[in-house]
Amino acid sequence: MADWVHASPEGIYVAPADLWIDPSTPKPFAAITHGHADHARGGHGRVLATPETLDIMDLRYGASPATPMPYGAAIEQGGVAIGFHPAGHILGSAQISLTYRGERVVVTGDYKRRPDPTCALFTPVPCDILITEATFALPVFTHPPIEGEIARLLRAQAQFPGRAIIVGAYALGKAQRLIMELRRVGYVAPIYLHGAMEKMCELYERHGVALGALLPAAGNAGEKLAGQIIIAPPSALHDRWSRRFADPLLAVASGWMRIRQRARQKNIDLPLVISDHADWNELTQTITQLRPAETWITHGRTDALIRWCEMNQLRARALHLVGRDEEDAA
Amino acid sequence: MKAFAALLDALIYTRSRNDKLTLIADYLRAAPDPDRGWALAALTGGLSFASVKSSVIRGVAAQRVDPELLALSRDYVGDSAETVALIWPTQGEAAAGDVSLSEVVNTLAALTRTNAPATIEAYLDRFDANERYAFLKLATGALRVGISARLAKTGFAQAFGVSVDAVEELWHALTPPYAELFAWGQHGGTRPDLATRAYFRPFMLAHPLEGTLPDYDAYAAEWKWDGIRIQIARTGNEVRLFSRGAEDISHSFPEVVAAFDGHGVVDGELLVRGDDQGGDHLGGEAGSFNALQQRLGRKTVSKAMLESAPAFVRLYDILFDGAQDVRALPWSARRPILERFAAILPPSHFDVSPVIAAPDWASLVALREAARAASIEGVMLKRRDSPYVAGRVTGLWYKWKRDPLTADCVLMYAQRGSGKRSSFYSDYTFGCWTEDGALLPVGKAYSGFTDTELKWLDNFVRAHTLSRFGPVREVEKSLVLEVAFDAIQSSTRHKSGLAMRFPRIKRIRTDKPAAEADRIATLRAMIA
Ligand SMILES: [Zn+2]
Ligand SMILES: [Zn+2]
Repeated sequence: MADWVHASPEGIYVAPADLWIDPSTPKPFAAITHGHADHARGGHGRVLATPETLDIMDLRYGASPATPMPYGAAIEQGGVAIGFHPAGHILGSAQISLTYRGERVVVTGDYKRRPDPTCALFTPVPCDILITEATFALPVFTHPPIEGEIARLLRAQAQFPGRAIIVGAYALGKAQRLIMELRRVGYVAPIYLHGAMEKMCELYERHGVALGALLPAAGNAGEKLAGQIIIAPPSALHDRWSRRFADPLLAVASGWMRIRQRARQKNIDLPLVISDHADWNELTQTITQLRPAETWITHGRTDALIRWCEMNQLRARALHLVGRDEEDAA
Repeated sequence: MKAFAALLDALIYTRSRNDKLTLIADYLRAAPDPDRGWALAALTGGLSFASVKSSVIRGVAAQRVDPELLALSRDYVGDSAETVALIWPTQGEAAAGDVSLSEVVNTLAALTRTNAPATIEAYLDRFDANERYAFLKLATGALRVGISARLAKTGFAQAFGVSVDAVEELWHALTPPYAELFAWGQHGGTRPDLATRAYFRPFMLAHPLEGTLPDYDAYAAEWKWDGIRIQIARTGNEVRLFSRGAEDISHSFPEVVAAFDGHGVVDGELLVRGDDQGGDHLGGEAGSFNALQQRLGRKTVSKAMLESAPAFVRLYDILFDGAQDVRALPWSARRPILERFAAILPPSHFDVSPVIAAPDWASLVALREAARAASIEGVMLKRRDSPYVAGRVTGLWYKWKRDPLTADCVLMYAQRGSGKRSSFYSDYTFGCWTEDGALLPVGKAYSGFTDTELKWLDNFVRAHTLSRFGPVREVEKSLVLEVAFDAIQSSTRHKSGLAMRFPRIKRIRTDKPAAEADRIATLRAMIA
């Protein structure tokens, strides 16, 4: 099936359009699902992506020749109709549909199915071949409702009024979602940001995501931020950066926090199970719903999802793409 | 069960010792009897349920979840109990109401092999994911949440404002759920009367000696024998033999128990007869640790075993002379009491570890060097004025081991660790070369490296895997590890015919090609 789409370790190649999807090395013509660094890289010739993703890429790599593809838009290249559809992962994240001679392939990129105030809701796109991610493709991964996790964060804040709460969250996507979920439950106090978060938050604001009062954490050493919430990249938690605050309480927001041993290795006080990826139930729900003739799996825990497809009499195979590093972004 | 599950969960993520103590103390004060007693037993590793094996849990889970998905999940999570707790399909809303910890403990204790699966299944359906985790950890007796038994006892002491030494002293005379202990702590009750019980007293332990001893004259020196440290306690007609971990090992050494006809509590080294270590000029001969090992962990002992490896005890110290507690006396006063006490014991099964006659440090150094030939592990240094106190107190007792032996070995297999290390390949099997150029495993080590080295080794294993069998990976035979070990002995258990004592990774030798690692013959020559 679909002998016009090839998987190589560098990415997915669409031969009739001479197009690469999320390639890991510079290519003349590339379609990008979303702005995370393991999917979007600089140096391509011409780029197809949503306006939001292009904006994120401009911020990171500088401007390059591009065709903005809003959700619902499609263009044709070499007989392939290329369309963009919401993936619900982060601002601007898209699934890419490719239709050629009556056969349709959908590349999900990273996706999740639950509502997220910072991006458009995932829409299932019927297809013959589904090329899916599998970051959390093990039945032990079921992400709890985010409301409960936000409540745990606020409870910790109330319980330890003398400690600054530093939440480790990926700078693109996770941080802004966390802020919006706090706002949604009526948290109006300023939220403090690590310097690495600031530009991305401004970008979200420009795209209409109203994040409320944000202040830089820098310059507030000692006990000044006791009782406040600070958002920082996970790597800053055990860095000199966090030592400036007196007795900080360390939290991490990530789907990996579901596993106790993983959370313990992070050496933190409060693991928050918040993920921007589909969990096991969402991954299998999507395949059940679309019932594609074949499922190809790009990255993550491919074995388990293939096993599940086998059990449900569905054809599936792993693509083994390289350089997909989902650890911190998840 | 909810409160206990919440305690475990909180303990897992709490980093500071003081916060852990507060959590434990708060729980022990708030929880009802006998729940808190069972919780204390679980935290100190004092609970086990014979009919609940992890294979039973896996069997129950395999009824609900595809075994292959279960295995993949287990491999990723690194812990069976946590895998099952997370993967168990929830039955809509968890049942309302709590199940008491005592009900769970009593049920688990009464399980048989036949009714275990159905009962476990019913509980798993009833609990939420947190309770399932606590329940499965409790049921399989693998409740490691980063706290030691000592910390749990300190939590008890903190909860009721008593001293932890007093708790330690009573601890081994009482059994779960420790009703007498809580009565004593909580209500300021009188200490339970223990006069009729033979029970374990905490051992006095030694620090390793680094460098030299500044005031040699204040210390007495003894040989450090390579057996297992034991305590013999007798009250009335009850004689019990305890290991350092307070485990009752009387049944494994019936001849020692039968021969002990003194009244009191003594401390010594359990050895078997043989001529592997020591010698008449060094206070008597004894068999190797390997020979002793065959007698450990046996429920019953055959007549042949009693004849081929007869056990005896070389006494180090005395804690009780009859009913009299002599622990507060200085070593110099206890020693003559020990010698008098030992004089009436049958010499076939008991002797006293001699004090080494070395008038100064230099002569002790010389004697210790000479003792290498006699396979003696090292020297103990005991402060002459020191009382017998529990644990390791700086400055009182030192162990001065011989420098370890080392060999350059080639990494062959790696296995995932457990607990904190479950996501790392942290158990390493290494080998040395035979004369015809084959590698044979000579030992297995899971310590000695730093955290950074562990990460490096884990990466190496993942990047150089040749094949996988479950949690084990076979790696390319290219990495040389310098391995340190205390001794090496011949063994029929391993293909190489060698067994290392306490091997650990000393250095990663990326500078050395695998072909230049040591040969089996070189190691064989180290057998003393
Ligand atoms: Zn992503
Ligand atoms: Zn990704």
